[in-house]
Amino acid sequence: MNVLDIKHLTVEFPARKSVFVAVNNVNMQVEAGKILGVVGESGAGKSTVGNAVIGLLQEPGHIAAGEVFLHGNRIDNLPYKEKRLLRGRKIGMIFQDPLTSLDPLQTVESQLVETIRTHLPLSSKDAQRRAVELIDAVGIPNAGERIKQYPHQFSGGMRQRVVIALALCAEPELVIADEPTTALDVSIQAQILELMKKLCEERNVAMLVITHDMGVIADITDHVAVMYQGDLVEYGETTQVLGAPEHPYTQSLISAVPRPDVKVERFPVVNYIEKAGTPQKQIDISTHWLGKSRDYEQVTGPLVQIRDLDMRFEVRGSIFPSQRKYFQAVKKVGFDIEQGETFGLVGESGSGKSTIARLITGLYHPTGGSILFGKTELTSLTNRKDVLAMRRQMQMIFQDPYSSLNARMRVRDIIGEPIKFHKLASSNSEVRQIVDDLLDHVGLGAQAGTKFPHEFSGGQRQRISIARALATRPRFLICDEPTSALDVSIQAQILNLLKDLQEELGLTMLFISHDLAVIRQMCNRIGVMRNGELCEVSDCDQLFENPQHPYTRELLDLMPSMELLSRANLETA
Amino acid sequence: MIGFATRRLIQALIVMLVVALLAFTMFRFVGDPINQMVGIETSIEEREALRERLGLNDPIPVQFLRFVSKAAQFDFGTSYQFRQPVSELFAKRIPATLELSFTSALFALAVGIPMGIYAGLNRESIISKMFLSVSLVGISLPTFFIGILLIFLFSVTLQWLPSFGRGETVQVGSWWTTGFLTVSGLKALILPSVTLGLYQMTLIMRLIRAEMLEVIRTDYIKFARARGLPNRLVNFRHALKNTLVPVITITGLQLGAIIAFATITETVFNWPGMGLLFLQAVQNVDIPIMSAYLLLTAFLFVAINFIVDILYFYIDPRLRVGRP
Repeated sequence: MNVLDIKHLTVEFPARKSVFVAVNNVNMQVEAGKILGVVGESGAGKSTVGNAVIGLLQEPGHIAAGEVFLHGNRIDNLPYKEKRLLRGRKIGMIFQDPLTSLDPLQTVESQLVETIRTHLPLSSKDAQRRAVELIDAVGIPNAGERIKQYPHQFSGGMRQRVVIALALCAEPELVIADEPTTALDVSIQAQILELMKKLCEERNVAMLVITHDMGVIADITDHVAVMYQGDLVEYGETTQVLGAPEHPYTQSLISAVPRPDVKVERFPVVNYIEKAGTPQKQIDISTHWLGKSRDYEQVTGPLVQIRDLDMRFEVRGSIFPSQRKYFQAVKKVGFDIEQGETFGLVGESGSGKSTIARLITGLYHPTGGSILFGKTELTSLTNRKDVLAMRRQMQMIFQDPYSSLNARMRVRDIIGEPIKFHKLASSNSEVRQIVDDLLDHVGLGAQAGTKFPHEFSGGQRQRISIARALATRPRFLICDEPTSALDVSIQAQILNLLKDLQEELGLTMLFISHDLAVIRQMCNRIGVMRNGELCEVSDCDQLFENPQHPYTRELLDLMPSMELLSRANLETA
Repeated sequence: MIGFATRRLIQALIVMLVVALLAFTMFRFVGDPINQMVGIETSIEEREALRERLGLNDPIPVQFLRFVSKAAQFDFGTSYQFRQPVSELFAKRIPATLELSFTSALFALAVGIPMGIYAGLNRESIISKMFLSVSLVGISLPTFFIGILLIFLFSVTLQWLPSFGRGETVQVGSWWTTGFLTVSGLKALILPSVTLGLYQMTLIMRLIRAEMLEVIRTDYIKFARARGLPNRLVNFRHALKNTLVPVITITGLQLGAIIAFATITETVFNWPGMGLLFLQAVQNVDIPIMSAYLLLTAFLFVAINFIVDILYFYIDPRLRVGRP
């Protein structure tokens, strides 16, 4: 018998003039001990399904039609109090970000005990014992001691385990996990997914996993539901849906997923998803301002040479040097970046990869080592004029497209600012012309210049960032996780754009990512980082086929397997 | 924690020294202290003798040190107008001001916090909207006007409450007089403390409301609801406690402000407290009282801020680790 049965569910959000249908006539079932994955891109309505089941729809959203059954009992129309008692007791929920889903001011124990005692008639002694058992069951060592601690004393992965323990407090029959591993590193992700699968089987819990990540779907789910703009477009067994997708949306979604096992020349961009960002008006780079007069000194050999780079941050200051504490973010790192290549840096959070980008651009000053850019030693530059000349040659694209653009400036001014600052154009009308051309070239169209950043989606904003980075005619581009905040289909477009631009302009790139699959598609050579140290540098294909360093092998093993995924639409390189 | 407290104490000490320097400068250089003390018929020789006796011819740093060490023993000199030691004058007035301030702070907290919680949780309700608009009045009307309004309503028209003074007071201990123990004393407290606390109440209410709105949007509140916790636990144990850090900061500063700047309210209600004494001192250029008042308010602010900093540690466990 199905634990969860969703029949013809429709969720509506009334707006001032119209009604937004977030979920439209959706049917799903989950059996005990099985995992159903709900996959889709942002705005697909997948989280809304989860919130509707547990009865936590954000006002003014409401279930407009359809029924939700838990073990055959209808639950969507229960009065508030009974619905509340279902939550936690019958239905547990796991949230995305473990760093924010625990109350920072309460110990783990008190959060567990209050939840247990809300649902089960236990004395506080028994509830405490049960809390320790739960913490032990989710794999936190030293449960008896750790439980007295506060959330901030746990790492991200451990906190997600606490969240899972909280969801399991009263032995629920159904667990809804909304993006349970999105905020975690690959190694932690693998552990958490394994734990969820294990708990699901041992406790015979039905699980609804909501995610945008095809890897997670391929890894743990038995069935999968693919959603697109509120509609359920495809539903079936995971192997079936991923291996032989029928609906064109599923096909395009799957082919846009970057995978570590196949290298593609370009990502297939299927127009089904969003109006593909093809350049509105191509400009001829050879004659255009962008391609011309890049009066940089000629370099033979590598463009960037990094030797023994060290960076430490003071964690605790003191007037006595012996009392100071440091965090070594980068340790004796050395590598070269050849002209015209894309060098990838991969590693988990805290591995120091972004610090290296900031050291090269001069946002931080290294505590040791050298960075040679062409023939110039960057660490010893002091003259402001020289520094500016260097900065003009290197530009950066940041991870978060929402916070990296000034919300109070028009797009035209954002892109024009570096041109004016470095005095690269002779007149305002020339600047205007260049900005319009850049906007055309990155696929936004010149008319986008008069708008403000908030009028654009994440992917479009990242295009604006790229145009801004190109505005100084750089020869070295640093991309720090440029697509990790974007949906896969948008990611595919942005990665294609970066590849095209690199080819046209002969750019050298440093590409930083935690995602090995993306790195494989983009880079010629790859450096693997861990705890501030560079473990291994090798050619892209060699790294994936014949990894040398044990840590690299570990990372590769931990990646969710994409073998299930259909290979249609892929032009392999 | 101890290291943190010591650091804060040292900072507090520096602040107090700077204020003491200001107070000293005022005392020593705003007008000639001798001219203020003696009459017109005092001869020049007598003046010089007095100057010598008071140590006004010593080097300035020595005088400053003497000023600080005396101030540390609550010796602020003699008032020009009353010919009494300033500390004695203060001791008579302080109970009135402190009782008024604490009552109005209590009123502001006891009314402001529940109103803020309610308005934060029930954002759309008519009562919340009423709270907000009424509190706007509280924040925009000047204190003296509210005081006069209250006097007109409750003392003149309805004749329920007295319009001035402290009522009957009872002596407690050697120098403290309290109005808490008599009916007339309590009645006399109501109007001035409401007048004085209205602004703070509005501020606290609006602050709590804004913080609550912020906190109930966080993931941990959503997660608490998803675990089926009853509203009582979610709203008070999880939400309210997380709003407290900024609220305590502001409340602490406001409490200092209530004590230090009760002047206007005390004038309107003819309340025999520090504020009235200070006003008279300003009118009569009574420098010792002014400089002592300056020191006292600075001390109050520094002390309250110190307590607030220590309170953070009890509320937020994240501050407890990583500090020596």
